[in-house]
Amino acid sequence: MEYHLQTPLKKEDIEKLNAGDVVYISGELLTARDEAHARILEMKEKGEKLPFSLEGAVIYHCGPLMQQTESGWKVISAGPTTSGRMSKMTPSLLKAHEVRAIIGKGGMKGIASALENKCVYLAYTGGCAALAAELIKEVNTVYWLDLGMPEAVWVLRVEEFGPLIVGIDSKGKDIFAEVRERAEKVLEKLQK
Amino acid sequence: MSSKISRENFIRSIADLLRKAEIELPDDVESALRKAETAEESQVAKSQLQAILKNLEIAKKHGVPMCQDTGIMIFFAEFGTEFQPGFDLEAALREAVILATAEVPLRPNAVDPLTRKNSGDNTGVGIPDIHWKLVPGNQLKITAAPKGAGSENMSALRMFNPTETGNIRNFVLETIVNACGMPCPPLTIGVGIGGSSDAAARLAKEALLEPLDAPMNGLEREILETVNSLGIGCMGLGGSTTALAVHVKTASCHTASLPVAINIQCWANRHASIVFGGDE
Repeated sequence: MEYHLQTPLKKEDIEKLNAGDVVYISGELLTARDEAHARILEMKEKGEKLPFSLEGAVIYHCGPLMQQTESGWKVISAGPTTSGRMSKMTPSLLKAHEVRAIIGKGGMKGIASALENKCVYLAYTGGCAALAAELIKEVNTVYWLDLGMPEAVWVLRVEEFGPLIVGIDSKGKDIFAEVRERAEKVLEKLQK
Repeated sequence: MSSKISRENFIRSIADLLRKAEIELPDDVESALRKAETAEESQVAKSQLQAILKNLEIAKKHGVPMCQDTGIMIFFAEFGTEFQPGFDLEAALREAVILATAEVPLRPNAVDPLTRKNSGDNTGVGIPDIHWKLVPGNQLKITAAPKGAGSENMSALRMFNPTETGNIRNFVLETIVNACGMPCPPLTIGVGIGGSSDAAARLAKEALLEPLDAPMNGLEREILETVNSLGIGCMGLGGSTTALAVHVKTASCHTASLPVAINIQCWANRHASIVFGGDE
């Protein structure tokens, strides 16, 4: 199935998605990598309020390449980064905020249960940064630029951002885990 | 013999070389990706390979880096012993990196390893990383090979017992299964065998520069076939092409040692070369 979704996402929007479906997103994406995740969790612990809202949000695991021009920030190249690095911090993030979709590449080991009834993981082709930049229409704003260009939180306005493959749905099905399990079985046989 | 190149022209040429490496793939790499797309039977994997090919077109058309991870700056330099630059080459390479970072532009990726502070210009202590090799002759060949972190992070080193040569293939397979979709397959896999721990790692990285259509030996073919039998596929979503090529480089080592290093390269096997000097 193919779906075209508009942010902010509602729970109903993502509940209908099944692993393997193709999704296109229009609206706003917030980029967040290692350092931004760490800061979001740190602020939660201190009881501080975030400068942006993550309720119904789509988080994009991306450290974009931006250029500052006279009219503001311009996206040069903005593909997904390896989501695996954020696996440990993501369950706490999802407990603290109603993030509805995470876009990244490579999958996230062991987070299917944290996503259940809450959120989906959408895979975007790794390295396809020039392609992604074409679908990002505007840089709305940027937070935490002190973390450096790749680690800052960029708020991006996108139109029909995709194709995204539902890699992990909100019902516990995880394509990446299935591929990994199969590969492990093949490896086991080869090792004998 | 003098190289007859000015410092300014050298810096300009290296900045242009970095631009080329970031925007377009070598022909052998692009052609291997096209072949993989044609051969792929999984529809999801095929769609991923098509996205990669479309991305390459757009990067070329707009003159922008193909991946936002424009990498850590690595140069392989073959320095002819009769080549006389007449200026500080390392300082000039550094300046070229700073110039390319502003011009192309490149994402500033170089940070202090402990404070994580970003220098903002892709230089730092030991960065750009320059591998010098002395060769006969009066030329200087520079290969720029910017390396992304997604694939580099999946690299591995193991110090085997000398009797364990039969375990090398499985070490590669374990490393690839552990990495699955994270390093952006289809991969180029570089394997360095022998030397010492650091020499093996360097050989593995050098192996990534081998043409993908170069003939493979028995071990390389065996590793490639078994890696592709794992079914990890493009981006770890399942499929028949997990790796495009495997290249092994060896060096003699201590009789009590068997170092094996694996360097993993994502589909964007970026590199470009330029030669200075020679007979004029």
